[in-house]
Amino acid sequence: MNAMTQTSSRFQQGLTRLLQSRVADILSYPHGVDRYLEVFNPLWSVNEVRAKVEAVRYLTNDSVTLTLRPNHNWEGFVPGQFVQLSVTIDGKRQTRCYSPANSLHRADGCIELTAKVHANGFVSRHLREQLSVGDVVLLSQADGEFALPEERPEQVLLISGGSGITPVMSMLRTLCDEGFSGPITFLHYANSAADMIYASELDEIARTHDNVTLVRCFNDEGEQDELSGLFSREHLYIAAPEFAQATTFLCGPPPMMAAVEKVWEEDGLAERLHKEQFTLAAPQIESDSAEGEVRFVQSEKMAINNGATLLEQAESAGLTPESGCRMGICHACTCRKTAGDVRDIRTGEITSGEEDIQICVSVPVGTVTLDI
Amino acid sequence: MSIFSNLTAEQFETIGQELDAIRNREMADLGEEDANYIRTLIKRQRRLEVAGRGLLMAGFLPPAWLAGVACLSASKILDNMEIGHNVMHGQYDWMGDPAINSKVFDWDNTCTNTAWKQTHNFEHHTFTNVLDKDHDIGYGILRMSEDQEWEPRFLFNPILAGILATFFQHFVAVQSLKLEDYLIYKTKTKEELKAEFKPTWKKMRKQLFKDYLLFPALAGPFAPFVFAGNVAANLARNLWSSQVIFNGHFPEEVEQFPESVIENETRGQWYVRQLLGSANFEGGRLMHVMSGNLSFQIEHHLFPDMPAHRYARIAPEVRAICEKHGLPYNTGSFMKQSLSVWKRIFKLSLPNKSKDDSGKGPLNGLRAKVVSLAREPQSENRKAA
Repeated sequence: MNAMTQTSSRFQQGLTRLLQSRVADILSYPHGVDRYLEVFNPLWSVNEVRAKVEAVRYLTNDSVTLTLRPNHNWEGFVPGQFVQLSVTIDGKRQTRCYSPANSLHRADGCIELTAKVHANGFVSRHLREQLSVGDVVLLSQADGEFALPEERPEQVLLISGGSGITPVMSMLRTLCDEGFSGPITFLHYANSAADMIYASELDEIARTHDNVTLVRCFNDEGEQDELSGLFSREHLYIAAPEFAQATTFLCGPPPMMAAVEKVWEEDGLAERLHKEQFTLAAPQIESDSAEGEVRFVQSEKMAINNGATLLEQAESAGLTPESGCRMGICHACTCRKTAGDVRDIRTGEITSGEEDIQICVSVPVGTVTLDI
Repeated sequence: MSIFSNLTAEQFETIGQELDAIRNREMADLGEEDANYIRTLIKRQRRLEVAGRGLLMAGFLPPAWLAGVACLSASKILDNMEIGHNVMHGQYDWMGDPAINSKVFDWDNTCTNTAWKQTHNFEHHTFTNVLDKDHDIGYGILRMSEDQEWEPRFLFNPILAGILATFFQHFVAVQSLKLEDYLIYKTKTKEELKAEFKPTWKKMRKQLFKDYLLFPALAGPFAPFVFAGNVAANLARNLWSSQVIFNGHFPEEVEQFPESVIENETRGQWYVRQLLGSANFEGGRLMHVMSGNLSFQIEHHLFPDMPAHRYARIAPEVRAICEKHGLPYNTGSFMKQSLSVWKRIFKLSLPNKSKDDSGKGPLNGLRAKVVSLAREPQSENRKAA
């Protein structure tokens, strides 16, 4: 049996090497080997990470949890990192970022992604309503600076809000699987108990692990748990009085993140706070104050600046620029700005002159010329 | 000149609006159907290619050789026409799939993506049938318009057309070089030509190496069968695609235009020029797919970035608009259009029968031309490019 699996894995290695060879490249020129492999099996590829949907679960009324089995191009991840998931909706490829929530030590090699489904969340609704077991999705390799350090910290504080729970859930599950013995506090904010993803699993973990303290905080009045309302310094004193000694990992909606960051900055602890902005703060569209026009040189089109992001303005002008995450992460939309000023909606920073910009997070300040 | 000059500004405006309405409606409807169509077709083409190349490995058996050539020819034709040509027009860019995107896509053909988008998408589609602007009028080799100055080399028009069709992929590949400027008109230097040829040669080399060395080599002792099979498949693709393209613009009634028409041309006028400068041919579904839906050349020229499988659906509406405004809608069987094209090629090998020629037959005109050409230096017969 062992000999057989060894032979088959050696065979697979040989085949992969052959398919990645220069000869295979020339034989399949100009399309490339992948374009032929995918005809026979959508999971076969020498370069791309594609994954089969193994399970679709609905842990809450407005979320979807996918179990994905990636092909052998998947290089793994570090808890906290994200992947870009691409699905085709109405013929069009859509890409969004999700953080695997599973433990690094998951035995079956699958990854678990959980998406919160917003009423007008185009992709998340598709994942919940259309995606089914057996479907194949496209993934990127894992990426992101927000990650559990190789050398595990002595004390860990995990703070999350809403669907920001997924990367810290992965950290928690990983640490528990490793038999981590230092204190872990898990402080989570959700609208209500019914909305809380992974609620029962967290209960179970807290029950079976003496070093894990679970503190939940619901926004809805009337629902009292450990805490209620929005994040405050008082919450921190109750939930994690020793927060200054801990390494903290934070992921949640922008206002909550800002409140947490403020406390850490005030206490001079900013270095000990690791953070991942999961949802982009909606750009304040200042259509009244928006001036000038957006010129798309290659497509010979022009639009009156309406204050939205350049990607949105390009799309409403009928262009189809490449795009991906739409939150400034994947750089699929990067293109050349030949003139004009733009504001980065993440930082508020204004840059000018000729440069490459991510149009999904850039808002024109006055007239801007793009080479698309 | 033609019906073109009989239409009023309002008529052009109305035609433009009616055609825009079709375009807007169809483009708003793009979705899963189009994506499935192109994906299914690509799958079929790749399967045909694998089957064809596989069968040719057993090419020492005559039935396998024939079947292999048939599969590989069909694969190359689909790859170049319904897939490559249309994808590179950006018909499927909205899908956001880099494998089906005009920026990235490359085809099983010696012409590079960049050169093709320059000569075809830009020059040919913008300046359709405008003399000295649309290089597809004769590809710098043939005389395809009466308004094209006759030169003695055009006596060989039909032979040159045969050569063009036989080596079509290579002529298309070097089309952007405007070789005639170097060979005949001497307006381009050897160094300029060399520099421009570099990226094309890189692609040509890879294509030729793949089809004529590597795949035959894989067959070992049976290499000659694979080699011959690949020659046959490339030839079949060349002959077929060149005929399809010629049928789209050179049947006899199709109009050509002087450069003056494009000055201050309105959208409506552009549409009408596309209508008058293109011709369709009729056939079944297979004929349409194998011609990359260029059997609907008229619709393609009106809406070059609309997924081509939609042309069949909108063709009756376009035809109705033509009839309403008294515009011709040039169509016929594949045979009829092909014969008409070849008639034009033969006819234009001789100088025009012009009124001031004293002689009666075309040969007298020819004599007059030869005499006049002998008097003036050749390079003055054509504006520098």
